[in-house]
Amino acid sequence: MSVDLSAVRRIAHLARIGLSEAEIPHLQGEINAILSFVQALEAVDVEGVEPMTSVIPMRLPMRDDVVTDGEIADKVLANAPLTEDGFFLVPKVID
Amino acid sequence: MTDLTSLTLAEARDQLKSRAISSLEIAKAHLEAMERAKALNAFVVTTPEKALEMAAASDARLAKGEGGPLEGLPIGVKDLYATEGVHTQACSHILDGFKPPYESTVTANLWRDGAVMLGKLNMDEFAMGSSNETSYYGPVASPWLPPNWSREQARAALGDGKRGLLSPGGSSGGSSAAVAGRLCLAATASDTGGSIRQPAAFTGIVGIKPTYGRCSRWGMVAFASSLDQAGPLARTVRDAAIMLRSMAGPDPKDSTCSPAPVPDYEAAVGRSMKGLTIGVPKEYRLEGMNPEIEALWARGAEWLRAAGASVVDVSLPNTRHALPAYYIVAPAEASSNLARYDGVRYGLREPASDIIDLYEKSRGKGFGAEVRRRLMIGAYVLSAGYYDAYYVRAQKIRTLIKRDFELAFASGVDAILTPATPSAAFGIGEKGSGDPVEMYLNDVFTVTVNMAGLPGLVAPAGLSSEGLPLGLQLIGRPFDEETLFTLGEAIEQSAGRTTLPEAWWG
Repeated sequence: MSVDLSAVRRIAHLARIGLSEAEIPHLQGEINAILSFVQALEAVDVEGVEPMTSVIPMRLPMRDDVVTDGEIADKVLANAPLTEDGFFLVPKVID
Repeated sequence: MTDLTSLTLAEARDQLKSRAISSLEIAKAHLEAMERAKALNAFVVTTPEKALEMAAASDARLAKGEGGPLEGLPIGVKDLYATEGVHTQACSHILDGFKPPYESTVTANLWRDGAVMLGKLNMDEFAMGSSNETSYYGPVASPWLPPNWSREQARAALGDGKRGLLSPGGSSGGSSAAVAGRLCLAATASDTGGSIRQPAAFTGIVGIKPTYGRCSRWGMVAFASSLDQAGPLARTVRDAAIMLRSMAGPDPKDSTCSPAPVPDYEAAVGRSMKGLTIGVPKEYRLEGMNPEIEALWARGAEWLRAAGASVVDVSLPNTRHALPAYYIVAPAEASSNLARYDGVRYGLREPASDIIDLYEKSRGKGFGAEVRRRLMIGAYVLSAGYYDAYYVRAQKIRTLIKRDFELAFASGVDAILTPATPSAAFGIGEKGSGDPVEMYLNDVFTVTVNMAGLPGLVAPAGLSSEGLPLGLQLIGRPFDEETLFTLGEAIEQSAGRTTLPEAWWG
């Protein structure tokens, strides 16, 4: 399988990565090189094989369903590029 | 007096305990070495005040006969470990200015045991790379001189974009360069496809990626969560064992972290090898393999046999599928993990007209070329219509790869011996500029281990004909790091201690 230029634009949008038009042909080449590298997997017989979900068999630990965190709004906001009145600031979403 | 930066971690520990040296002395010696080695670019941030403060506190504890297993020992920390109040960016521009208000579990464990922090180490951006060239902070020069280079020539190259100098490997290239260059006694590193083991091989030092779940991932910047593991880089097998014992351990904050108690790994160093069986997998003998690597591998098997182990052939038939499957699984997990970088909560934010524009502009500017490539591959293989063909298929292949190892271990093999890398270190700017896959092939012997969740140790095994270090890899049963330390030390002893390069850089 390989991707065309419009697919590269679509994937970039899915990944929310802004690209300039000039970068797209170059990325197309690189992505297709990777896709052709992984193409060999199409020939592997995986009939009846379970996909891996956990590499080391382990019981998921359970804990009491109680609040263990919180009251740290200042810490949560400390690294935000823009805040106001204890909130993250984003561009207007609803008109 | 011997140079304090040339001590092994174990030697420094013993001399601190006997009060032959002080923690302040050894911290200062390393801070000076770091200052002289600035041009190597191994550290992206140095924390001298913190180091001196921690060292003074260690000296006070040592004076009272107290102190943990790493008391007063100066180490470096890879930039992907969250360190409270200190620069933590996984060497990416998108985490611009990020200073976490919390400490990663692994580094907290090291400080609990008395270690002293010297600073944060360079790495490939988000650990995506095999040469440290994808770092936002630029490449790291290996302390090893390129073959037939003079010191003057190398020093000139340091000031000229490091052209022609050797890569210390990646992604933990700052860690490997700093440990091999004697800028710290040991360092934390991390390994998703070979990022501890390949840099160890390239710089003539020891690295271990423990079993998945042996170290907590809490507070490590995530790349591919089902593959990522923390581990140390150090100059001897014993030093790596000492470091791992402190780094590892249960953590309620990481549900994939094993509750099993951590053994005394150092006690495994020097243990008898009688009765151990080592497997040599024929599928690792690749077509067109470098004859020098093949000879090294055979020599390694001979050393282990001479030390009392028996060596048998094993088969891991799905080996060749591991690298392509990895380049589906790892980007897929990365695209999901790195969705958190949105320009809103932390890091880089670009001015934008609406929320989608904010994401696209911030991420477009904040991620480097290799990260963008992998995030796009990840988004593609997880997108509607392709998920089963790519992602689910790769996860099935992963089951097959793990099964190969299980069968080998069930047949009575205690560990598996393989080469660590297809070649010795290559030059900065030499690989991957045209085709990204060229760089990916570096991990051909190491990714299988991450795909199967197993522990893998790389020990230095001698020099190439050009005088560059080469390593061998030992793969163990889940949670049997001890056997790897035993065998690793046998290789280290048989090969003879690698003489690390003199400080040509300053």
